[in-house]
Amino acid sequence: MSDKSEARLSVFKTYKLYVGGKFPRSESGRVYEVTSSKGEWLANAPQSSRKDARDAVVAARKAFGGWAGKTAYNRGQVLYRVAEMLEGRREQFVREVADAEGLSKSKAGAQVDAAVDRWVWYAGWTDKIAQIAGGANPVAGPYFNLSSPEPTGVVTVVAPQESPLLGLVSVLAPVIATGNTAVVIASERAPLPALSLGEVLATSDLPGGVVNILSGRTAEIAAPLAAHQDVNALDLCGADEVLAKELEVAAAENLKRVLRPQPVDWSADPGTHRLTAFLETKTVWHPTGSLGASGSAY
Amino acid sequence: MTMDKQTSVFEYAPAPESRSVVDIAPSYGLFIDGEFREAADGKVFKTVSPATEEVLSEVAQAGAEDVDRAVKAARKAFEKWSALPGAERAKYLFRIARIIQERSRELAVLETLDNGKPIKETRDADLPLVAAHFFYYAGWADKLDHAGYGANPRPLGVAGQVIPWNFPLLMLAWKIAPALATGNTVVLKPAETTPLSALFFADICRQAGLPKGVVNILPGYGDTGAAIVAHDGVDKVAFTGSTAVGKEIARTVAGTDKKVTLELGGKGANIVFDDAPIDQAVEGIVSGIFFNQGQVCCAGSRLLVQESIQDELLDSLKRRLSTLRLGDPLDKNTDIGAINSAEQLARITALAETGEAEGAERWSAPCELPSSGYWFAPTLFTNVTQAHTVARDEIFGPVLSVLTFRTPDEAVAKANNSQYGLSAGIWTEKGSRILAVADRLRAGVVWANTFNKFDPTSPFGGYKESGFGREGGRHGLEAYLDVR
Amino acid sequence: MPTTAHATASAFADATASDSALRRFLHGLPGVDAVGLEARAAALGTRSIKTTAKAYAIDLAISVIDLTTLEGADTPGKVRALGAKAVHPDPTDRTTPRTAAVCVYPDMVAAAKEAVAGSGVKVASVATAFPAGRAALTVKLADVQDAVSAGADEIDMVIDRGAFLAGKYLKVYEEIRAVREACGERARLKVIFETGELSTYDNIRRASWLGMMAGADFIKTSTGKVGVNATPANTLLMLEAVRDFKQQTGVQIGVKPAGGIRTSKDAVKFLVLVNETAGPDWLDNHWFRFGASSLLNDLLMQRQKLATGRYSGPDYVTVD
Repeated sequence: MSDKSEARLSVFKTYKLYVGGKFPRSESGRVYEVTSSKGEWLANAPQSSRKDARDAVVAARKAFGGWAGKTAYNRGQVLYRVAEMLEGRREQFVREVADAEGLSKSKAGAQVDAAVDRWVWYAGWTDKIAQIAGGANPVAGPYFNLSSPEPTGVVTVVAPQESPLLGLVSVLAPVIATGNTAVVIASERAPLPALSLGEVLATSDLPGGVVNILSGRTAEIAAPLAAHQDVNALDLCGADEVLAKELEVAAAENLKRVLRPQPVDWSADPGTHRLTAFLETKTVWHPTGSLGASGSAY
Repeated sequence: MTMDKQTSVFEYAPAPESRSVVDIAPSYGLFIDGEFREAADGKVFKTVSPATEEVLSEVAQAGAEDVDRAVKAARKAFEKWSALPGAERAKYLFRIARIIQERSRELAVLETLDNGKPIKETRDADLPLVAAHFFYYAGWADKLDHAGYGANPRPLGVAGQVIPWNFPLLMLAWKIAPALATGNTVVLKPAETTPLSALFFADICRQAGLPKGVVNILPGYGDTGAAIVAHDGVDKVAFTGSTAVGKEIARTVAGTDKKVTLELGGKGANIVFDDAPIDQAVEGIVSGIFFNQGQVCCAGSRLLVQESIQDELLDSLKRRLSTLRLGDPLDKNTDIGAINSAEQLARITALAETGEAEGAERWSAPCELPSSGYWFAPTLFTNVTQAHTVARDEIFGPVLSVLTFRTPDEAVAKANNSQYGLSAGIWTEKGSRILAVADRLRAGVVWANTFNKFDPTSPFGGYKESGFGREGGRHGLEAYLDVR
Repeated sequence: MPTTAHATASAFADATASDSALRRFLHGLPGVDAVGLEARAAALGTRSIKTTAKAYAIDLAISVIDLTTLEGADTPGKVRALGAKAVHPDPTDRTTPRTAAVCVYPDMVAAAKEAVAGSGVKVASVATAFPAGRAALTVKLADVQDAVSAGADEIDMVIDRGAFLAGKYLKVYEEIRAVREACGERARLKVIFETGELSTYDNIRRASWLGMMAGADFIKTSTGKVGVNATPANTLLMLEAVRDFKQQTGVQIGVKPAGGIRTSKDAVKFLVLVNETAGPDWLDNHWFRFGASSLLNDLLMQRQKLATGRYSGPDYVTVD
């Protein structure tokens, strides 16, 4: 058997974008060469254009109402399903991560395992973040006053250039856990794990459009997204210093919420700041009043 | 019309859920240290289906020696279990949650057989809530630092848990999920009339690969529970059941370091104001007292209705009660199932007789009771006052006491005039009245324009003699953490 | 029927004496809690209808259908085919009940009458500038008279939703009464609220009472021409209204959910709602109807399945 399998010519996978639950090629028809850390050819990845970015925002906006409107429990179930699906394709991701980062199989395996566990971590947050980030406020008056976190909307995520799977999951999962939808710009040099993640998401009960994944030149895709008036927030994680500043300036036009790039240890406890970065707080007042016209205090 | 209405009334044909999805063994042992074993003294007891009185299985009955073994197993398992990273404990609990989802139809049928409650409830309420509870607390296991109990809060050790028969698997979930998430290990006693779902849960622990000794299941009677509560190796006692037993437990643990939470009885007031959405209020009253045959500690067993709408409301209520379908709990169209045991039926019957003897007016829904099994027709008492026994004592059955009030003040005063303080309901279209009344009610859970709603994220528990401590939500973690 | 309508009208003389009196009455009806209403409708939707009950329900469902075609492209030929289908829904099985009626536009009434002549199947006609109802009252009444004189047994009118939403309840009321008059002795009147446009459950309850007080023989959810048509919740609410109205006045009013009911499973759920809300008194085609078209073939396939034990397919029912 083993002789035969060595002789057999393998079938390559065509890597495609993930937009609106479908797997299109770039509308521009462009691709670019993706190589391993050692410089070997791995695949031709789609090189997205500003029109692909525009389509991704339309898909993300369309998906927002439904996704934000699901119960937190339901979102948690979906995120946990992502973990299950990712675990099931572990071998594939170990190979892609090893190729991309030049890691040994066991080190790449640890990265994939951590990425699976990260989905589990955020699956558990969906129905708890409101209990941490919201609550009743004891205002000095006869009013019930409650603050609740709500998702910001469509978030553009510039995924980290290094750590193309664990880093990507670490920035993407918190965005969608709270009910935002995302347009992700994959690592420019190593986009393949991100594009394969799209295939995992597509089989995880995640509604189409909640996550949209674009590969290509980070600066080219990020610029129109940072300026886009229908994008509500921007995670600049994978942008270098110069690009980050440019994008932040563009984002100011409609006052996008911006999370600036910062040094991150992807293996450490992620905390909650990536969850809260893309939340709005809504506070509702309602009179409580007294029981009767006489204002009796029981 | 081609059909003759007289001869072809829309009678629903029987629609029984298949019993073949569950395979009940003729006998079950105690589940200690990952294994099923007989009781040290060889004692067993039978568990029957309350709808038919058919014996379902014979179950080992744990004695003091078995309790000691189980506590020791739990103590041994505690070292490693509590030292596991939270993320790993979380994944065990997620596995359990998923397996419960996968096996939920089997468990629903099992629960219906052993408890007597309608399949509609076990399928649509109990089991989804059980799975959700494990999911919710699974997520907490690696987030305890964020729960508001300080950095790295520690578990207590071995939790001794005693649960009732009204929601056997759900009460197990309420006990075991937070205990394991926080790093404790468990010795749990299911009720003597409903031990089976807990024993099936033992098998779920096996499928999930849970380390042995982390969960131990000891079927038995009150003396088994008392032995667990009294055992020196138990660090935490959690009990759901009657107020009388709760008080006994409070006396037993006095002077020890054992942490205690108690979920006890109730006599929930369901307050209906004259501007209530009437049709929905009627539904809420029905689900408030007839859900699970009224065998619910937070049942809305006292209906407080504004006098000005009493007649209209009671007419609607009686009409609605007449449509309830009582019978085979496995039939998917059954609304009212069997009373859980002969003892409980006797207690309900006696209290209803007291109600009549004290002059309250009794009305029962017209329905035929099956000839075998334990049954009680949905019943309401009118002309009830605060002085009647049926307005004060927990009946724990499908019996509603109807009282009236004239003003919101009076409604609140009457609602609070009870030794209990577990639940209450408010029906009005006026938001500020909801909040004002809720503010003044001495009850742990207040439902407005709804009733008997449960969610793993939402804390549950009582004021006064309804017990102390909260289960569910972020608050539910505190019972299992060393926060002194 | 008009005598009943007059009796009803006088019973509510005070409530309908002025615009403000009518507003006070309608706004004084008990509110509707949307979550509770929908939960009740969903709970009834879980009833499991098997074997003999299912056979009964399918035949009942067929017998209460207003088999409907309301297209700009309707022709006498299309209406004749519809009529033939209504009279013999399943040509392979003559025990299949007939539908209650065929429902067409006014200019198709004559063709429809001819197609169902002698069968007992009624002809219903939409009218009053269906579906929008945006026309002068004189035009609406002419529309009704046209249908009635062509032989329509039933008139399905639309209310003026604009007036209703603007709070001009008396205008809506008087328009229904005028149409009731125009229907004369013979034709029964169904009043369509277009619940999808009334939007709130409180509005649907108010419209139900308004329609019943004005002399409707039936209250009907929808035209089938907007996004949201009959739903279990809005039908449940209207069933509660007719139940309460009968209890208060002794007058029984029919209910017709229309639009969006396409499968046997859906239809059975609606029948369960009727059975457990208004009660068995409403379980025939004098008091309950489905406004539907594709539903019939699904019911026929289910009926064949019950008869033969095999699942049927679309090639074994007729396309009309």
